[in-house]
Amino acid sequence: MKYNKFWRDVLLGVENLLLHKLRSFLTMLGVVFGVGSVVAMLSVGEGASKEALEQIKKVGSNNIIITSMKSVEEETETNQRGPRMSIYGLTYEDRERIARTFPAVKQTVPVKLIREEAHIGERSMEIRVVGTTLAWFDIVRRPLLAGRILSPSDFEGHSAVVVLTEYGARRLLATKNTIGENLRIGTDNFMIVGIVKSEGGKAADLQLPDQEVDAYIPINIAKTYYGDTTRDGTDSREMKQVELDQVILEVEDLEHVEAVAKGIEVMLDRFHTKKDYAMSVPLALLKQAEATKRTFNIVLGSIACISLLVGGIGIMNIMLASVTERTREIGIRRAIGAKRKQIITQFLIETVVLSTLGGIVGLGLGIFIPLVITLTAGMPTVVTPLSVMLPLFISIAIGIVFGLYPAARAAEVDPIIALRHE
Amino acid sequence: MNNDLNPRSNHIMVELDQAKKIYPMGGQEVRALDGVSMSFREGSFWAIMGPSGSGKSTMMNIIGCLDRLTEGRYLLEGHDVKTLDDDALSEFRLKHLGFIFQSFNLIPQLTVQRNIELPLYYLGWEAKESEERAIELARRVGLEKRLDHRPTELSGGQMQRVAIARALANDPQVLLADEPTGNLDTATGDQILEMLVDLNNQGKTIIMVTHEDHIAAHAKSRLHMKDGVIERLEGEFE
Repeated sequence: MKYNKFWRDVLLGVENLLLHKLRSFLTMLGVVFGVGSVVAMLSVGEGASKEALEQIKKVGSNNIIITSMKSVEEETETNQRGPRMSIYGLTYEDRERIARTFPAVKQTVPVKLIREEAHIGERSMEIRVVGTTLAWFDIVRRPLLAGRILSPSDFEGHSAVVVLTEYGARRLLATKNTIGENLRIGTDNFMIVGIVKSEGGKAADLQLPDQEVDAYIPINIAKTYYGDTTRDGTDSREMKQVELDQVILEVEDLEHVEAVAKGIEVMLDRFHTKKDYAMSVPLALLKQAEATKRTFNIVLGSIACISLLVGGIGIMNIMLASVTERTREIGIRRAIGAKRKQIITQFLIETVVLSTLGGIVGLGLGIFIPLVITLTAGMPTVVTPLSVMLPLFISIAIGIVFGLYPAARAAEVDPIIALRHE
Repeated sequence: MNNDLNPRSNHIMVELDQAKKIYPMGGQEVRALDGVSMSFREGSFWAIMGPSGSGKSTMMNIIGCLDRLTEGRYLLEGHDVKTLDDDALSEFRLKHLGFIFQSFNLIPQLTVQRNIELPLYYLGWEAKESEERAIELARRVGLEKRLDHRPTELSGGQMQRVAIARALANDPQVLLADEPTGNLDTATGDQILEMLVDLNNQGKTIIMVTHEDHIAAHAKSRLHMKDGVIERLEGEFE
């Protein structure tokens, strides 16, 4: 019975609101936009956060990537004519020293990078030859699409084998059937043993170790075939002598990543006279990105809250006007025998119905906007149950909070005066 | 609410004992009721008369439990109203009183049926039962074909009949009518008065405020107020 009475009251509230359709609609708008912006904000924020988390997974937040780089001093001082040789970068010694000094480092992956032209039959493309160890596939986990990854026997047997990326395979028209076929890199021949997915895509992506144009070969083969002296860029006549182009480290414990990075930097600075390397710590970048995002969310959230507040005030304003307008009705109800509590309930229900309805419409708007954002701006958005429930809950709360005062005013109406009210 | 506990209540519905209502107004006291003692017996039909400012409206508000006395006692069906709080007063109005106003005081956005159902709604009746009751009451006042109409679609006489149906919904012992014909033409007014006389004949105690003699003539007894006190009583009374 209580249940029936509640719905009767709600229906009565709806009927009263329908008497002034335009007014009720306009009153609702504040909450509609308020809730809409909260939902949209949460969805965009959630989308960005999910994207960032996926990036972490791809990069590996336990990793530290050290890349050899020609130092700034060298760039300026070797401004002479003719082919030159720059000697810089990480050494095999560096890698061993890191592994020895920092027990928190689980594994170190040496990487040699060579830009070369690759051919299968008529097709060709420029690739990045990645000479590395088995540990690469352990740190940079990518789904295997065909064949296999490098195996210990490839290293022991000095096998000229290569693992292509999906992108490279597509460009070179390599398929499952291509496994076992020949890939010509420069002038050398390699046997294709597998195809992996690549996540890196454009090299600028958040410090990913892999790129879509990669081709993985055993590091000992890379060393024998290419040596440490290579051309500095594909069409440059300058030469460089670099032992290791990259060292990727995996740190055992997430908490130690930043400390280890600091330690390695201090150590490398001692053995390198010039700053000929760059260190990238994805975790630090992510932390920074998250802090920025949090600030962004707080700002957006405050704006959304302000619009909700404005919506609530709008409702309160109209309800106060409505109470004045309906003074006589309140007086009649009171004279007949309505208790103050019942008058409060009546007006509160109207406000809550108004704000909840606004909340539901706003929710629609808030789901629609992120959809448009995703479609037009390509920004990922995620509508979570929380981002749906929270604004709904907030809109109900707004109805109660901003309805309480007008309802209390209604209950204070003196029936004797109200009945004289024309 | 057991009337048997109070032997007098079988006869006396409404009793005022040295009732005083004093308003402060601009530093001065207005004695709207200045010591009124009066008993209204069950089944009586009183017209309270007097010029404006005589205290008849105040008396009506007191009897209707809409206002409280400054001094003295007011007993409704044997209950001392002074001791009741606002909620209890509301409850009292809801269960014991029916109001009929000069300006009908129907709620404009509600249909005739909903207006009649209003006291039942606050009494917590089920929708189906209160609908049946409303239909029955509408039939009694001859408006069963108007149940879905809004008050604005009705004539003055029809609106007052809806108001009477509403006042009867909770089956009160006492009906309070405040100038019930004030906004009606004579013919319609007479119909309404006939209705009240009928109700009185069926046992309802009716207290009606009016300033017109020919209206008051329908009542069994007349009470004349002046300056907050009873000037004289007329008609049948003990």
